[in-house]
Amino acid sequence: MSNLVLIAGPETLLIDRAVDRVLRSARESAEDLEVIRIAATTYTAGELTLQASPSLFGGDKLILVRDLDEAVDDLVTDLDTYLSAPAPDVALVVTHKGGQRAKRILDALKKAGAETVDAPAIKSDRDKSEFVLAELSAAGRTARPDAVHALVDAVGKDLRELAAACQQLISDTHGVIDLDLVTTYHAGKVEATGFRVADAAVAGNTGEALRLLRHAFAVGVDPVPIVAVLASQLRQLVKVDAAGRGRSADIARQVGLAPWQVDKARRVLGGWDSEGLGRSIQAVAAADFEVKGGGRDPEYAVERAVLTITRERRRH
Amino acid sequence: MSVWDDVVGQEQAVAVLDRAVREPESMTHAWLFTGPPGSGRSNAARAFAAALQCASAGCGTCRECRTAMDGTHADVTIVATEGLSIKVKEARELVQEAARRPSLGRWRVVIIEDADRLTEQAADALLKALEEPTPRTVWMLCTPSPEDVLVTVRSRTRAVRLRTPAAADVAALLHRRDGIDLSMALYAARAAQSHIGLARRLARDDGARTRRHEILTLASRIRTVGDAVAAAALIASIADEEGESSSAERDAAERARLLETLGADPGARTQPPHIRSQLKALEDDQKVRAKRFARDMVDRALIDLLSIYRDALVSAAHAPVELVNADHRGVVDQLRSTLSPEEILHAMDAIGQARERIDANVPPLLALEAMAVSLRLPR
Repeated sequence: MSNLVLIAGPETLLIDRAVDRVLRSARESAEDLEVIRIAATTYTAGELTLQASPSLFGGDKLILVRDLDEAVDDLVTDLDTYLSAPAPDVALVVTHKGGQRAKRILDALKKAGAETVDAPAIKSDRDKSEFVLAELSAAGRTARPDAVHALVDAVGKDLRELAAACQQLISDTHGVIDLDLVTTYHAGKVEATGFRVADAAVAGNTGEALRLLRHAFAVGVDPVPIVAVLASQLRQLVKVDAAGRGRSADIARQVGLAPWQVDKARRVLGGWDSEGLGRSIQAVAAADFEVKGGGRDPEYAVERAVLTITRERRRH
Repeated sequence: MSVWDDVVGQEQAVAVLDRAVREPESMTHAWLFTGPPGSGRSNAARAFAAALQCASAGCGTCRECRTAMDGTHADVTIVATEGLSIKVKEARELVQEAARRPSLGRWRVVIIEDADRLTEQAADALLKALEEPTPRTVWMLCTPSPEDVLVTVRSRTRAVRLRTPAAADVAALLHRRDGIDLSMALYAARAAQSHIGLARRLARDDGARTRRHEILTLASRIRTVGDAVAAAALIASIADEEGESSSAERDAAERARLLETLGADPGARTQPPHIRSQLKALEDDQKVRAKRFARDMVDRALIDLLSIYRDALVSAAHAPVELVNADHRGVVDQLRSTLSPEEILHAMDAIGQARERIDANVPPLLALEAMAVSLRLPR
């Protein structure tokens, strides 16, 4: 292992894991390793030099600096000085969540030949599915695609939760993980956001839309962004509808959307006519007014708007 | 020449104010100027302030009159906010200022031009000073309607009501004061529905006239839901455009001036932290201002749009009233012939509802879309 390790990336779960891994391997090579944790936000000048200087009793040291991106200026200066002449028997591990702060140190670390570990952000559903598959295959397990999808739907909002869910499935079950297994453990739990509500609503799926909406309210999603998403979805539908035929890339440019948004809108538009869209927009505007203090019950206002949308869609 | 010359079409109000200046027993310490937007509330208040400071009850030519009118008189404080509200902190500062004796004039005058933008706490902070003011201090609050201020403020002030001046009076003022050609002045006064400031801008700014034309002709162009959404986007973008054109230059100038005052290097790639924080505060202020301005512009556009339906209604009823948009006769006739009076009223309701919603913080684009959907003409 190199004496310098840089763990960079926004995903804190991956950072934690990398830190654990580094510590474990360092302890394997030196049993009496002394681990010194330095708090980046409350650092006082000189601490690093003090800790890095050789101890009277000898022994190996590992200095762990977490969240360099929030570091005080003193730490940045001291690290800079330290890196110009690193101590030979001290390992330095630095984690950085991203951003421009202390960039100088990152460059100096890389230049000094530090071992770099990436902790990339895991945001999209595809990334999360890949994460789940990687977790399972690391334990020698496989899962069916629909099971992975259901798992991401249920607990995908937080990566730690997702990792814990994978761990639970790995230790409690055996064989190929399928949909039934996932529903046994996570039935009825759905990550509800305004986008999912809006998708269900414009697809005319009343039951699903209401269920997601109630769920969203229950977990504390504010009505305001839900209404905003409903409005923007309907706006996209109207724009794509008005643009008429043509290649989706051309239309995308014309109405200022991404091509996949145009394709998605076209799939949905099959069940709509423009009158219905107009009435739906009016319903959403009314709901927005009620949500912003014009009415007494914001949640009911949104619910009614969603019902209007699904009704207008079904009229067809 | 007199300070009252530019307060057009307000004979009754001027008589009351003039009497207060001349006869000490008719004077009061707190006044509430109300009247529709553009009727010259703040001008009337400034003229009143000038007349109070002037040795000959408002000659309009002496130093006192002139400085009071243009807002540089030492004893006349004018508060006009460009933000969304006047905060309690500003109100407290005003109260302190109002407690001082006049330095050289006869009265200390505090004019709040947007009293309707006082927050509730700010208005509360003023109450004590309004009720028992320091001798020789006069408060003048301006708001569109008496209902716009707290009832406790209303009861402590004496009301002066201004009315909408006749278009001809406004045109005459523009012609006399700003040297605008009389026919253009008359067109602008009518189109602006006697809003003096707006009429002046319309008469002077080509762009403002073009934008107005675009808004008005929208009424005859919306036929499908697609048109409606596009029209809403157009209104919103016109408002943004107008906001940007008026503020970009000013924002940059303010930034340059701030950097100069702080002794910072304007060419530096990054500024030191204490200067950055000041710049951030300025940018926040500018953002608030831009937000209010864009909202005001949308409201203005809606009022223009409302006026064309009003004209259609007037002409359908053969009422002997002047048209606001005589220059857009074609659109007016088209609306009258395709819509029944009931439908015109529905359209006007939709516009009013959009204004109400935007006022309640509904995103302007969404409110405009809902409105435009109701404005579709029958195919």
